[in-house]
Amino acid sequence: MNIVACVKQVPDTEAQIKVKPDGSGIDEGGIKWVMNPYDEFGVEEALKMKEKFGGDVTIVCLGPARAMETIRTALAMGADKGIHINDPALENADAYTTASALAAAIKGVPYDVILCGQRAIDDDSGQVGSVLAELLGIPQVTVVTKVDVDGQKVKVVRPIEGAQLVIESSLPAVVTVTKGLNEPRYASLPGIMKAKKKPVDVKDAAALGISADAKAKVGKFIPPPARPPGKIICADDTPEGKAAEVAKLLREEAKVI
Amino acid sequence: MAKGVWIVAEHRDGALRKVSFELASTARKLADQTGDEVAAVVVGSGVEAMAAELGKYGVDKVFVADNAAFEPYTTDAHAAAVAKAVKDNDPAILLVGASVQGKDLAAALVGKLAAGLATDCTDVKIADGKFVAVRPMYAGKCFGEVVFNAAPAMASLRPNVFPIVETAKAGAVVKFDAGVDAGALKTKVVEVQKEASGKIDVAEANIIVSGGRGMKGPEGYGILEELAGVLGAAVGASRAAVDAGWRPQSDQVGQTGKVVSPNLYIACGISGAIQHLAGMSSSKYIVAINKDNEAPIFAKADYGVVDDLFKVVPALTAECKKLMA
Ligand SMILES: Cc1cc2nc3c(=O)[nH]c(=O)nc-3n(C[C@H](O)[C@H](O)[C@H](O)COP(=O)(O)OP(=O)(O)OC[C@H]3O[C@@H](n4cnc5c(N)ncnc54)[C@H](O)[C@@H]3O)c2cc1C
Ligand SMILES: Nc1ncnc2c1ncn2[C@@H]1O[C@H](COP(=O)(O)O)[C@@H](O)[C@H]1O
Repeated sequence: MNIVACVKQVPDTEAQIKVKPDGSGIDEGGIKWVMNPYDEFGVEEALKMKEKFGGDVTIVCLGPARAMETIRTALAMGADKGIHINDPALENADAYTTASALAAAIKGVPYDVILCGQRAIDDDSGQVGSVLAELLGIPQVTVVTKVDVDGQKVKVVRPIEGAQLVIESSLPAVVTVTKGLNEPRYASLPGIMKAKKKPVDVKDAAALGISADAKAKVGKFIPPPARPPGKIICADDTPEGKAAEVAKLLREEAKVI
Repeated sequence: MAKGVWIVAEHRDGALRKVSFELASTARKLADQTGDEVAAVVVGSGVEAMAAELGKYGVDKVFVADNAAFEPYTTDAHAAAVAKAVKDNDPAILLVGASVQGKDLAAALVGKLAAGLATDCTDVKIADGKFVAVRPMYAGKCFGEVVFNAAPAMASLRPNVFPIVETAKAGAVVKFDAGVDAGALKTKVVEVQKEASGKIDVAEANIIVSGGRGMKGPEGYGILEELAGVLGAAVGASRAAVDAGWRPQSDQVGQTGKVVSPNLYIACGISGAIQHLAGMSSSKYIVAINKDNEAPIFAKADYGVVDDLFKVVPALTAECKKLMA
């Protein structure tokens, strides 16, 4: 069983995001870069499948030079090899372009399952896995909390509003994963040592034969609207008095209850 | 030349979902600015009657693909059907709900249509004759104005954000054969496990009462359930509460949980870590109840109560009951 896990390098969840004064992007100074948290679940699941069925886990990542660190992290967790798509022309790639690049890279590797995160926490777009499936002409199941592979099929659990769906798909397929699926392992020290020697292929857009033209792009970045300062409720300083005051404000001022 | 503003109407259990009316109303507003028609695509089984209802919210024309193969929803069947209608008619703009199903459908369509999609938008507009979609990025730590170089320009709209406006239009039905062969579908829903009836999902709620580590344990949530019952609210949780096993994963609000924007979010015993704020700071009103007056949640709260939640919450429940009687 061969598994591909797509991983993206993103700012860590603690990062303060500052928009550049001209709105052309975000200020990357001081940002700590990490593996997208949802992709950690994908890598963990890929390793579990490998442990059960054998085969290879290939990590595919599009990103600048620093993204190599994230690939090495996945290799240190136990993945076998990596493909690093690095090309300045792809720096602001949209979902379609990103998926085209990933698809072109993946076409050269044998695969039964492709795992992606349900979304990357930088662009929060939640598209790349689905577009990748369409471009490869294989089925997809998205945002799942349980994955069972057996021979020719994969069975997943997908939470929707107020219910959970159990869905079966033929293989090969793209599965996008979310929190609740598993507990990602940490890289061990020997794992980190071994990762240094594992093969990583580096490719650019030309080598993949893809166009860097975006279908959609962020024309302007804007800081979030500031929230007006709130009120601390004092009332008569008893819990009951404060509760009464809040209830009154919600009813009369905010008009939300 | 691509023309027209389209929506994909979402329905479940035989009824259109609220987000479909939000989409129709928004599409109408955009189309009135560009002088275009609004069309909706409805894909399902026994769905033709929904067309008239969409007409009430400004839809001129409804493309209906009615086939048993479309029930229940699967990505491959529905995306194939919508893609067919879009390819045959070439709309300029395509709006979809950023619900669980809508997000799944929209992303698959991007691949089928070689289009651009702005996910989970909080605003859409026509500026200088061009369609622009505004969306939170980096978990709401900044916003992006998305512009498009391909047709259709696609946006999924965050539920609960766009107003519903009634404008009577024809809602004329155009049936189309999506050419989807049920036997050729590669995915299949084999089971639907419903959650306890009456439970409101945090992603859909107008009001959320949320609890964190300050609830002390799973029993603590009893008082939140009571308040939620009075307010018709959903109960949410911080990651600390979910990881401790006190609440199900489906209730988690935040950067690695659900991103919500209800009218009212009441945070109880939640400190307000940046990853939690990422999931709820676009709520219209925020109440924080926390005994630590330095908790970062207070910086986001419209109304802050510094006190023991185990005393304040029951009192708030009693007050709300009185006011709402
Ligand atoms: C990659 C990553 C992703 C994450 N994603 C999320 C996410 O999606 N959602 C999320 O919520 N977190 C997320 N976190 C975790 C986040 O960093 C915090 O650890 C978490 O939000 C803390 O939860 P809490 O506020 O419930 O607990 P705490 O921070 O422990 O706060 C508990 C609060 O309860 C108050 N309290 C205690 N007793 C009482 C009482 N009797 N009355 C009133 N107040 C009381 C305390 O004063 C304190 O402020 C993530 C972290 C990482 C690293
Ligand atoms: N640049 C990238 N390199 C590798 N995988 C990516 C990249 N961008 C997105 N992905 C994958 O697609 C998922 C969804 O990303 P997105 O659509 O950007 O929210 C991520 O969790 C990754 O698994």
